[in-house]
Amino acid sequence: MLSIKNLHASIEGTPILRGINLEVKAGEVHAIMGPNGSGKSTLASVLAGREEYEVTEGEVIFQGKELLELSPEDRAREGVFLAFQYPIEIPGVSTTNFLRTALNQVREYRGLEPLDAVKFLSLMKEKMALVEIDQKLLSRSLNEGFSGGEKKRNEIFQMAMLEPVLSILDETDSGLDIDALRIVSNGVNKLKSEKTATIVVTHYQRLLDYIVPDFVHVLYKGRIVKSGTKELALELEEKGYDWIKEEVDSTATV
Amino acid sequence: MLDSVSVATTFKETLGKLGIIFCSFSEAVKEHPELIQKYLGSVVPMTDNYYAALNAAVFSDGSFCYIPKGVRCPMELSTYFRINAANTGQFERTLIVADDSSYVSYLEGCTAPQRDENQLHAAVVEIYAGAHAEVKYSTVQNWFPGDKDGKGGIFNFVTKRGICAGDHSKISWTQVETGSAVTWKYPSCILKGDYSIGEFYSVAVTNNYQQADTGTKMIHIGKNTKSRIVSKGISAGKSQNSYRGQVQVMKRAHNARNFSQCDSLLMGNQCGAHTFPYIDIANPSAKVEHEATTSKIGEDQIFYCNQRGIATEDAVALIVNGYAKEVLNQLPMEFAVEAQKLLALTLEGSVG
Repeated sequence: MLSIKNLHASIEGTPILRGINLEVKAGEVHAIMGPNGSGKSTLASVLAGREEYEVTEGEVIFQGKELLELSPEDRAREGVFLAFQYPIEIPGVSTTNFLRTALNQVREYRGLEPLDAVKFLSLMKEKMALVEIDQKLLSRSLNEGFSGGEKKRNEIFQMAMLEPVLSILDETDSGLDIDALRIVSNGVNKLKSEKTATIVVTHYQRLLDYIVPDFVHVLYKGRIVKSGTKELALELEEKGYDWIKEEVDSTATV
Repeated sequence: MLDSVSVATTFKETLGKLGIIFCSFSEAVKEHPELIQKYLGSVVPMTDNYYAALNAAVFSDGSFCYIPKGVRCPMELSTYFRINAANTGQFERTLIVADDSSYVSYLEGCTAPQRDENQLHAAVVEIYAGAHAEVKYSTVQNWFPGDKDGKGGIFNFVTKRGICAGDHSKISWTQVETGSAVTWKYPSCILKGDYSIGEFYSVAVTNNYQQADTGTKMIHIGKNTKSRIVSKGISAGKSQNSYRGQVQVMKRAHNARNFSQCDSLLMGNQCGAHTFPYIDIANPSAKVEHEATTSKIGEDQIFYCNQRGIATEDAVALIVNGYAKEVLNQLPMEFAVEAQKLLALTLEGSVG
């Protein structure tokens, strides 16, 4: 579904991604871990289409299309969803209103009729139950005054409503207590299917207890330096990142 | 009304049965001279300011509306000003009198075609509200704002004032200003009656080289009076958008309450937003609150919308409408829908 080949990206002239190679197939969950500054969030941002990052080399093919040539909104309409690490507030615009606008634009792109109010509301009810989110929260201004946990749950609710093909969760576990973590993870797991794929960017093993990955990749200095299964995550939990850093840095100097 | 000449209003019969008078000024002068004489100029005398004097001298026509005691006007009354001839001035005069315990909601919509030269609009609106009466006056103004280089456009200098003459009376001004090259207007309320209420809700948008200096005056005279001001300015392009407001509490205005919120939204970095609140309190029991915020549409907000599949132009419209929601909610429904579309249209191309 997603094929990243030799991706290089910089911000303000500073290279961050230095040759990422990654293959993600439908039905798979890939975890991206790595120390601070390794480029994890940059990878998520570049895939979503953030303008501040300049792609200097490489290509990304998503479902047979050149992803990097699409605008961020077209990438979203093709089925890419980014659960933001720091969800944005939009005063005066309710989550309901926001999602209705988004959903209908996505549907228009795909040649579908917009959802009328009744169908939209029943879709909302269905997804609200999935993610255990309250009606009251949805009629408030988008993310305004929400706690960290509420913002993250709102991200997953939006994911449920938009039904993406590829979901990228950018440190979705940051700022969550145990219960919020459980609820968010449950939501993600319920949305998984044979046709969708998930990339989970995280520091900590803990999230991966709930959202079990098929593959774990370690990002260091802008490259994937180690790949494995969920056991690799457990090893990182035990030993930290130093052993990997040493391995990589010593081979580099040779 | 085309070129200030009245066209017949269609609902005269229905209104007539209730005793409601709604006609052109010229007609009113002929058929109800006693009412005109009693109320005309009582709120905005010709000596008030230069443009009021100009209007008093040359006013071509306008609307007169009288709601008798105890009558609730069953429909929204509206007139529609359109300036057609080039290089002309439009000087209309509106007088609305709501007798005791009556209610009326009045809509004013304004457009003018595009022209290179400037045109002047110097109107006067006077509202009189009796005891327990309520008048809601809504305006959606989209006069030609000049082209993107600032050439041409309407000069919109309007004097609008209401007097809450009777106890427990209420006057609300709601305006969405998106047009005209230069705007000077301060719809105001004189809160003479005890327990009277004045409200001002405004969204003023400026783009390209437009300049707007608008706001309100709330003069608290009676006891236990309340005023509420919500002003949302949106500046884009190279425009300048100012809120100028006055809250005045006179010496014997016991227990006056005022709440003012003046927000500015800047789009781009070549425009300006300014706030000039004047607060003049002569009575120690007054409670006056003032809040002000200045913000920008963040790139992050736009990107968030993009990532959910919303195109940038639509994201801007969404965000701007959310910002202006509190004011737009005050408008009668058809106007609110128009206003939302107008906001989006006026700001087209303002976020690069």
